[in-house]
Amino acid sequence: MVGLINWLSQLASISKFGLLSLPERKASAAAAMFGVAGVVGVLVGVLSIAAGFRKALDSSGSPDSVIVLRSGADTEMVSGLSLEQTRVIQQAPGLARGPQGPLASSELFVIINLPKKSTGTDANVPMRGVEPAAFDVRSRFKLEEGVTFGWGKNEVLVGIGAARQFSGLGVGKRLKIGKLEWPITGIFSAGGGTAESEIWTDARVLQAAYNRGETFQSVCARLESAEAFQKFKDGLTTDPRLNVKVFRETDYYAEQSVGMTKLINTLGFLVASLMAVGAVFGALNTMYSSIAARTREIATLRALGFGSGAVVTSVMLESLMLALVGGIIGGAVAYMAFNGFQTTTMNWQSFSQVAFAFRVTLPLLFQGIVWALVIGFFGGIFPAIRAARLPVAAALREL
Amino acid sequence: MSLLYLALKNLGRRKLRTTFTFLSIVVAFMLFGYLCAIRHSLSGGITLQGASRLIARHKVSIIQLLPESYKQKIARIPGVQAVTHQTWFGGIYREPKNFFAQMPVVPDEFLPMFPEYLLPEEQKKAWGSTRTGAVIGRKLSERFGWKVGDKIPLLAPIWPKRTGGNTWEFDVVGIFDGKDKNTDTAQLFFRYDYFDEARVDEAKGLIGWYMVRVNNPDEAPALAARIDAEFENSAAETKTETEKAFLQGFAKQIGDIALLTAIIMSAVFFTILLVTGNTMSQSVRERTGEFGVLKAIGFSPAHVLRVVLIESCLLAFLGAAVGIAMAALLITSHGDPTGGMLPLFAFLPRDAGWGAVIGIGLGLVTGMFPAWSAMRLRVSDAVRRI
Repeated sequence: MVGLINWLSQLASISKFGLLSLPERKASAAAAMFGVAGVVGVLVGVLSIAAGFRKALDSSGSPDSVIVLRSGADTEMVSGLSLEQTRVIQQAPGLARGPQGPLASSELFVIINLPKKSTGTDANVPMRGVEPAAFDVRSRFKLEEGVTFGWGKNEVLVGIGAARQFSGLGVGKRLKIGKLEWPITGIFSAGGGTAESEIWTDARVLQAAYNRGETFQSVCARLESAEAFQKFKDGLTTDPRLNVKVFRETDYYAEQSVGMTKLINTLGFLVASLMAVGAVFGALNTMYSSIAARTREIATLRALGFGSGAVVTSVMLESLMLALVGGIIGGAVAYMAFNGFQTTTMNWQSFSQVAFAFRVTLPLLFQGIVWALVIGFFGGIFPAIRAARLPVAAALREL
Repeated sequence: MSLLYLALKNLGRRKLRTTFTFLSIVVAFMLFGYLCAIRHSLSGGITLQGASRLIARHKVSIIQLLPESYKQKIARIPGVQAVTHQTWFGGIYREPKNFFAQMPVVPDEFLPMFPEYLLPEEQKKAWGSTRTGAVIGRKLSERFGWKVGDKIPLLAPIWPKRTGGNTWEFDVVGIFDGKDKNTDTAQLFFRYDYFDEARVDEAKGLIGWYMVRVNNPDEAPALAARIDAEFENSAAETKTETEKAFLQGFAKQIGDIALLTAIIMSAVFFTILLVTGNTMSQSVRERTGEFGVLKAIGFSPAHVLRVVLIESCLLAFLGAAVGIAMAALLITSHGDPTGGMLPLFAFLPRDAGWGAVIGIGLGLVTGMFPAWSAMRLRVSDAVRRI
């Protein structure tokens, strides 16, 4: 017990030396600190892109909703269903019902070119033809501005993300697609999901405009409950009139975010790891020079009987503390610079744009701090060992 | 010569510190190499040929098909040297994650249009005589281990066959190489006549987009407008632009990659600047006395400035050279870190040149302040500190 207290008081004295002499080495300490801040800032910043993208796709589905595609298709883009097939699907068991019948909407999914506000170049904007049940199927649908389009009319509703990112999508404006002009009647939100990047209109009108006859691409439907999925799926897959694939919406969208998230995360970790190696070298330089500057003090303390453990720990504490402060600075800068930054990217599965916001989440910040501490650890451990091994007699002779 | 010798001696004085600084510069330039390759792979594929080729697609979006009959009309427009078409096939090899591009083309028009695809003469002949023949790029053949003579089945959800089903089978008759690193060789091309004959009747005669070679690249914008005017008010209006503009526009759909890499690079170099700058000023401070002596025995202030600058530039330049060489080596031997998602992941010699310039710049900036203070040093102050 006495030994522990003794050790702690030794540690406190040595650490005090280190801290009090810090202002003399402020340039070198700041260099190490900002080195760590740079690593954490870049790591958190890049990973926040992936986090934001995944969040947009994760918010798109709900566990009690399903999407039905033709068998063999893994996205709406390449799927196709006839009118008869969609009617059979809408009568399947397990679907929730509203006043107008089952909550199932047969939909059409196409792409139109619109200039992106940020670059002025054309982007693939998704356009969806829906049936009246669509608004009830998507529980998070909310009209933000204007009114809904008239059924049977060439009118459109625009998602809030699309309105923000692409030119010419305000209420009252007219959208020109091919030779037709479509008045924009309103703007909607959908809980941050991909639907917010889309333009919606009546499926029948879109079929006519695109010469699609009476075909659709998908059926989006709401189940009685999340547990009714198997019942609904079995009902469809055993029906000889159908050849379809059923996805739970959450799985469908989670699948779509895998590729992009993996790409961004791989690149983010690659860049951050290389930077971290550089930052460790920076920290090593700082800590070695910190010890070199205190050689006499450390040797004197050792001569007075201070233990080598306390010396090691105090050097480590200093290094970890510098790294921690650097990590906090880096995380804070990343949060201020990137959190909520609105942008769009290509969703390769739907071959169209999806609007999302960068998200600097708590787990990401935590991860950044862990990286900072690891850098601090490796930057401190070797100098600490050298300090502890310092031959006292030789060091004192330097006086 | 003696200056260089002095700089080398000075670097060797504190070996550990020099090593760490050197290594952090190496790492920074490895990152530089990787980021250049990432940027290139996401926004690249823009070749010189791209400036003399136009791409004409459906005005509403590229997924809308155009009639094959437009070919004759485009070919008749003055200024057009050649025209051919391509179509997105979107076939799946076993599972969706094995994604690669496949397109039906007319071989006799396609190969002259794209001189960057190098196909041996006898394989060209084989392609001409094999209706179900397909040619694949070198990267694609390495990815799946395909060779000439293999049969490749692809499931194409958007292209049902007349005989029922969506499974198409192709015979590999050739493997093409890219003329340079900018050429995407992760693609498969097969014959349009086979495609058109085998697909369902409703789809016949429709193609994805036209590639047009112009006589004179300077006339490209005017010619693009002429093509669009030709089809104005028809059922399928077109939008024509140079291949370069099209690819750049497409890259911008992914996001502003140039800006993003620039931000990351600045963060990296800012960090390295701090680390190296710090080391340099430390080492100059330690040598205050020596600089005083140098000056006292008659070396000019400019000479002292040069000693420090040469030292910092030497360190930065060597670090840059080693870092870039390592990046180039790793990228060439290991390729794309994401495992096939970035087909154009490659290191370009051009970037090595830029890296060298940045290396010297880094050396100048980090050496500047210590060198300046060493130059301004007063002999009496400096010598007193000994």
